[in-house]
Amino acid sequence: MSRSDRTRRLGTLVRKEFYQIVRDPSSVLITLVLPVVLLFLFGYAVSLDTTRTRIGVVIEDMTPVTQDLAASFQASAYFDVVYGRDRREFEEALVLGRVRGIVVIPATFAADFAAERNPALQVIVDGSEPNNANFVQNYTQGTVATWAAMRRSLSAGKPPPITVEQRFWFNPELTSRFFLVPGSIAIVMTLVGTLLTSLVIAREWERGTMEAVMATPVTATELLVGKIIPYFLLGLASMTLCVLLAVFVFDVPFRGSVLALYALCATFLIPALGQGLLISAATKNQFLASQLALMSAFLPAFLLSGFLFEIGSMPTAIQWITMIVPSRYLIPSLQTVFLAGDIWPMFGRAIAVMLLMGVVLFVLAARNIRKRIA
Amino acid sequence: MWWTRLKALIVKELLAVLRDPRGRVILIVPPVIQLVVFSYAATLEVRNVDVMVLNRDAGRWGYELVQRIEGSPTFRKVAFTDSPEILHEAVDRQTVLAAIQISPTFSRDIEAGQPTDVQIILDGRRSNASQIVGGYLNQIVAALSASTPAGRRSEASAVGVVPRNWFNPNLIYQWFMVPNLIGSIALLIGLIVTALSIARERELGTFDQLMVSPLRTHEILIGKLLPPMMIGLVHISLYIAAAIAVFDIPLRGSLFLLYGSSIVFMASIVGLGLFISALSMTQQQAILGAFLVLVPGMLLSGFATPIENMPGWLQPVTYINPLRYFLVIVRGVFLKDIPVSQVVTLTIPLALIAVFTLSAAAWLFRKRLE
Repeated sequence: MSRSDRTRRLGTLVRKEFYQIVRDPSSVLITLVLPVVLLFLFGYAVSLDTTRTRIGVVIEDMTPVTQDLAASFQASAYFDVVYGRDRREFEEALVLGRVRGIVVIPATFAADFAAERNPALQVIVDGSEPNNANFVQNYTQGTVATWAAMRRSLSAGKPPPITVEQRFWFNPELTSRFFLVPGSIAIVMTLVGTLLTSLVIAREWERGTMEAVMATPVTATELLVGKIIPYFLLGLASMTLCVLLAVFVFDVPFRGSVLALYALCATFLIPALGQGLLISAATKNQFLASQLALMSAFLPAFLLSGFLFEIGSMPTAIQWITMIVPSRYLIPSLQTVFLAGDIWPMFGRAIAVMLLMGVVLFVLAARNIRKRIA
Repeated sequence: MWWTRLKALIVKELLAVLRDPRGRVILIVPPVIQLVVFSYAATLEVRNVDVMVLNRDAGRWGYELVQRIEGSPTFRKVAFTDSPEILHEAVDRQTVLAAIQISPTFSRDIEAGQPTDVQIILDGRRSNASQIVGGYLNQIVAALSASTPAGRRSEASAVGVVPRNWFNPNLIYQWFMVPNLIGSIALLIGLIVTALSIARERELGTFDQLMVSPLRTHEILIGKLLPPMMIGLVHISLYIAAAIAVFDIPLRGSLFLLYGSSIVFMASIVGLGLFISALSMTQQQAILGAFLVLVPGMLLSGFATPIENMPGWLQPVTYINPLRYFLVIVRGVFLKDIPVSQVVTLTIPLALIAVFTLSAAAWLFRKRLE
């Protein structure tokens, strides 16, 4: 067996796999259409940026002070206000979700405020959406504090003793698109690397064509490498498309280097493909493979990677689970490459961990396949 | 007569999914694990945050501020440094989410009654968590500010805000997440099982056998639709039980209403799945096609982020998404005991979507036969 023989065989395998990909419109769909759809959704639909929230403001007693306070809610950029005289007017609207909160300015407010007798107002929020509830509470407090400070300074004129000067690095406007779009690239690569790969190879097992290939002089290693090269390239192509869209359509800044970007993404594809191979070899059935890929790769990439939800806030047991999710290591680095620049100590660690995971998954997959043949 | 035929087909369809022991396991175990893992994982609360402090102040007020930060339950580790470079690097490498700088004249200014400030640097790459942490730090500083001599003088005049949370008094995040997951996982299971049903037969070549059997076309359709609906409803029941027994979420509304709307919801999903199935030639196409519907369906449902936050031109697109309506029903029935009239108002669009997807699937199915 000469080296050229081996290269030729590998080339044939890669070509065969490649034809198979191009022939099926669904592979094209998932590598080209799905990334566009996903990026579009993360660019526009999934927005953690806060917009105006509709609230009811109840003024129990109309006085110049309470009217002025109520007007400051309308003037705030965070609220869309409906006025009323009684909280019962809004109770049904709160149940139906038409308003997210009710701010009640009690009848005693004006007198308490004038006498400096700890004036207070009440805010009733819809706890069935805790995020919105917190938001309404916090911004009510903010609006009221600003209003009170303005009002007092008009009469007395004293700034608060300590102020906070707050700066957000890398993303000063706090545009959620800027970190969601880079993060969704990891999800796209998970789809191509794990879901598509596991499906295609599971089909070969299902139909028995895998055994047919095994009967040829091809070795198990050659077979594995031949299988994954086309998907590796497909993953990189799909990622390139995403990056171009991110930069040119979604205006996400790109402050790092292209080298770092490809080094990170190429490394990430190793565990992603390894997982796809392992799933297909273990299930040999397209339905099972798709379910497993969805549950062990797509959903964790989405929910357990720190992409949308902070890992530090999860219970300890779940934080341990996130350690074996490859995208957990890729996503912060991707966000850094886009927004901050090349921070190699951080990338180096991510690359090392992903490589290690990749090796483990490939060894497991190779073992599984060899066992099937024996 | 027709019932015997239909029953045989339904049994066959259920067997196709459940015969394989691995198929049974994968249909039941992972969704339950998901419900538990994801409902704890998916939280937008922020806890266990690491921060770094650069305290240039030698006086007691700087020390007091550090003490208060260390005492806050939000922060896990408070690191100290004297060097702005180390501070910079810690933020860059994401070893800390926030950095706090206290100026050398901090205590002196406070004692002298001069206004002073605290600088906070937050990592904009995680802007959501940063914003929340920024809010906590602001509260800590405001409380400190109120306890300074100048602050105490104006304390009595500060305006208080008394919050009350309806439906979920302690704002427990799982009470929001679990009802959302009930709808989302039912969508996932229902869509994939149906999408595969015809595609699998076509790929294996058994579809022609089905066509020459005495079954009529509409009987085949019903036989293909009912089993995934049954599987989906079993899932929904499991999750409702888990929501009540494991997560202690109060079921304030009527279970009957919840099931009624679940049936309509599953019908709309199964219609969509069958449409994809009739369109696909292979199982791979069916799965990927289902996926192409699933992801936008979840993201445009108000699950991950509220629909009100989406741009105005995109919001109307959510009207054709069955999950959008069903999630409002599940959350509403569980937590708010929403009135029957609202459940009906939300179920009507679901029914319309079901009628549309089912007839579209039937039409495409017939057309493909010719």
